[in-house]
Amino acid sequence: MNHEIALSVNGRAEQVTVPASMTLLELLRERLHLTGTKEACGIGECGACTVLLDGKPVTSCLVLAVEADGHEVRTIEGEATDGGLSALQQAFIDAGAVQCGFCTPGMILSARALLERTPNPSDEQIVEAIAGNLCRCTGYESILRAIRLAADRHGREAGEERRLPEKDDRAAVHSNGGDAGAG
Amino acid sequence: MTERPCTRTGVTPVPDDLRYVGKPVARDDGLDKVTGAARYTHDLALPGMLHVALVTSPHASANIAGIDTARAAARPGVHAVLTGDGLPYRPGLYLQDKRILAREVVRYQGEPVVAVAADTLDAARDACKLIAVEYEPLDPVLDPRDALRAGASLVHPDLHTYEHMEGVFFPQPHTNIAHHQKIRKGDFDAAFDAADVTLIGDYDNPPVQHVPMETHAVIVQTLPGDRAEIWTSSQSPYTVRHLLSVCFGVPHANLRVRVPYVGGGFGGKAGLHLEPLGYVISKATGGRPVKLVATREQEFNTLPSRQALHSTVEIGTDRNGTIVALKATYIWDAGAYADYGVNIGRAAAYAGAGPYVVPNCWIDSYVVYTNKVFGTAYRGFGHLEVLWGIERAIDRMARKLGMDPVEFRRINLLREGETTITGEPFTAGHGSPVACLDAAAKAVDWGTPPEQPTEPHKVRGKGIAMLHKAPAMPTYTSCAAVIKLDEDGAADVLISGVDYGQGTYTVLRQIAAEELKLEIDRVHVTWECDTAFSPYDWQTVASRFAYMGGNAVIKAAADCLHQIREVASRALGIPREEIACEDGSAFAKAEPNRRIPYAQLALGYTFENGNSIGGPIIGHGRTIATGLTHLDPETGQGLPAQYWTYGAHAVEIEVDTQTGEMEILDIATAIDAGKVLNPKLCVGQVVGGVVQGLGSALWEEFRFDQHGRLLNPAFVDYKIPTAKDIPRNMQQILLEFPQPDGPYGARGIAEHPMISVPGAIGNALFDALGIEFDTLPLNAERILLAVRERSGGG
Repeated sequence: MNHEIALSVNGRAEQVTVPASMTLLELLRERLHLTGTKEACGIGECGACTVLLDGKPVTSCLVLAVEADGHEVRTIEGEATDGGLSALQQAFIDAGAVQCGFCTPGMILSARALLERTPNPSDEQIVEAIAGNLCRCTGYESILRAIRLAADRHGREAGEERRLPEKDDRAAVHSNGGDAGAG
Repeated sequence: MTERPCTRTGVTPVPDDLRYVGKPVARDDGLDKVTGAARYTHDLALPGMLHVALVTSPHASANIAGIDTARAAARPGVHAVLTGDGLPYRPGLYLQDKRILAREVVRYQGEPVVAVAADTLDAARDACKLIAVEYEPLDPVLDPRDALRAGASLVHPDLHTYEHMEGVFFPQPHTNIAHHQKIRKGDFDAAFDAADVTLIGDYDNPPVQHVPMETHAVIVQTLPGDRAEIWTSSQSPYTVRHLLSVCFGVPHANLRVRVPYVGGGFGGKAGLHLEPLGYVISKATGGRPVKLVATREQEFNTLPSRQALHSTVEIGTDRNGTIVALKATYIWDAGAYADYGVNIGRAAAYAGAGPYVVPNCWIDSYVVYTNKVFGTAYRGFGHLEVLWGIERAIDRMARKLGMDPVEFRRINLLREGETTITGEPFTAGHGSPVACLDAAAKAVDWGTPPEQPTEPHKVRGKGIAMLHKAPAMPTYTSCAAVIKLDEDGAADVLISGVDYGQGTYTVLRQIAAEELKLEIDRVHVTWECDTAFSPYDWQTVASRFAYMGGNAVIKAAADCLHQIREVASRALGIPREEIACEDGSAFAKAEPNRRIPYAQLALGYTFENGNSIGGPIIGHGRTIATGLTHLDPETGQGLPAQYWTYGAHAVEIEVDTQTGEMEILDIATAIDAGKVLNPKLCVGQVVGGVVQGLGSALWEEFRFDQHGRLLNPAFVDYKIPTAKDIPRNMQQILLEFPQPDGPYGARGIAEHPMISVPGAIGNALFDALGIEFDTLPLNAERILLAVRERSGGG
């Protein structure tokens, strides 16, 4: 059975007829050709298909398209605005948080949801926000740093006093290994 | 501010006159990937494209008594239903043992039996449900040690008829042994008998999965005139083309293979996978484009995994702690097919004594068929597996000798004047294993006992382990690069190695900019490899792309500069030797103001009167493995390694003896990179590799039921590390003892950070608990049971 639904995707009004069984992920990728949203498991276990539904992160493979009727959806294609990268996107590049890139759209949207509800998150909140997004390449550390960086840049722009994102304790440990070349 | 600190050290100071090489240049592909613009094979669609679904075997071993496809074929929307019966092919790289679809028998649960192409994926899946396959289940061979016994059922009764790479691999007819690699050096028996101290132990690694976030995906369209176009999520465009050409008997030029962005590989996308199936299905539909994407479940139990390994390691030393003899027996659980597994059994054997001086060495490495999902290359290629046993054994031996594990390793590490177990002389150009050992040890304050936590049920320990690996590649492995100058004097690099996340294209861009004396913003590496346009590269595996691709790019840039100087010399009317290049211009050395921008030379130079000279500037460079030999079949002696990369991990852990849970407090990784071409990307490889190694160390393993069915083909039951699982602290120490023939002295490092993470943690567990662990993964269940057993609690 088909349903006619109306929704907003990245601020653009869409009206589509979809079968009852179609997922939001299928709607985005196959009907609306927004292929930035990735499918990596199809059963809600990896977070690659994360999009924002009314600002909340959802795994779009577990949401039916009809459930999005009357709601607002944001995908990675809506992240950059006015032809420029968002602070999060820039931070992902600057922090080296991208490798193969397949998890990146979902990661950025999970982070976006976090920063919109908690502009100044703790390290634990950052970890928690992306705990459901699997990445096999980066080891996560650079991703956590990217989100912290975006939050801090945003904070600085807002004129707040913020602590620096870098982990100074690590730099100290690193310099300890510096004379190991004697052998 | 965003730079990741890392220590770099080496025997020669890093030259600072380089503009781009060695600098933390941001990756080339970041923009496409953070905006969703990056197109992967998953994302592509062609007009008229059909979708393919598979019927896979529910049995680990069975005869196929019959397949009824009539109802599926009659279903509207279905264009082709294919079984193995019409497919007499066995494509393969090293040992051609696998059909495109199962024929007569199935050899593992998950093996593809029928493929259906339909208008939509739903229609193809629905049609699959209408297919009735009649099986006669057989008793599966599940343990490779059982498979080696006389009278064991043969997984491949026709093994003696299979094509394979002669002189390199040695399938044993009428057995389950796909390959037996021998290493023989000195006289092991005599040396072991004479040793003052000896130690024997067994060690086990389970099978695990690569888990690329993008599952295997392919689109194939066969065309009139025996041609085909293939888009594939692959590490190996040219190897895919070559193997398809051989398999289907069509000329290479008829096949065009394109590799768009690839969502992770880790070795699992090397060689040939779904491409032949896509080819035959497209042909069966009369030439429609067909798309085949593995589900996550198929990625676990239809596509290949990493082989399990059972090791037995015997070591003998003199009373001063010098290793005099080492024997290892490696029994690899290849699973149902061993096309790639044979090469893992080979490479892991010649690296199978660790980075140590072993004057008397005896290694048998058996790649053994069983009825389980088959194995293939996985980051580190057998080395994580064998070094789990070796580094545990080395640590146990040190303690048996009453020696510090670092000191025992230091006196036995390879050094100048010694040879490897295949007889390769160790030189200064190999880099410095001992500097890696010392750097890692120092980073965790080795020698200072860990500060114990106040909770009485928690205990801390430290551990260390060495790692090494050389690229496992044929003796004739080669790579070429082409650089063409654009109208505006910018440069495009064409190459066919694949950057599936490592960052190699960014590094090649840095090298090209450095060599061409051109602003890096004006140098581009073309994404999407295409065998129709990009020059040959063997395949992107073995941490050899930055090394071989880098050298090819250096030569291609030199060729461009040669052409630039030649035209500039005529344009300026001075000899070629008197022309230099900088900042995208050629100029007279004696009169630097007489200069011509590359833009005026790129397509040819035009004089004021209209006369023109030169023509479009296109440079090419090539490189090939040099001096490698096949290994002697009886002794394994020879030169298998283009270069070796050495490293070490040192860890500090905390174990909760009430729950068995472990936390990694600190892990320091020292790797001798020769030259760090891009510290940001290099650190990214190390951190990513370490965390992937943690997966192998702590959580990941396939579990099978007694019938050989995989029990955990999903992320809920097969846990890979999440953001919550990373160590409290990770240190990266990149050493720079130059590789003489590497680009700027660099050697490959991408696989290595994963290797020996398990060994370092296993050794730290002994330090913390006094319990010897010999089986991976080191999960909470295993640790807690061992703690309880020791305390008599059962």
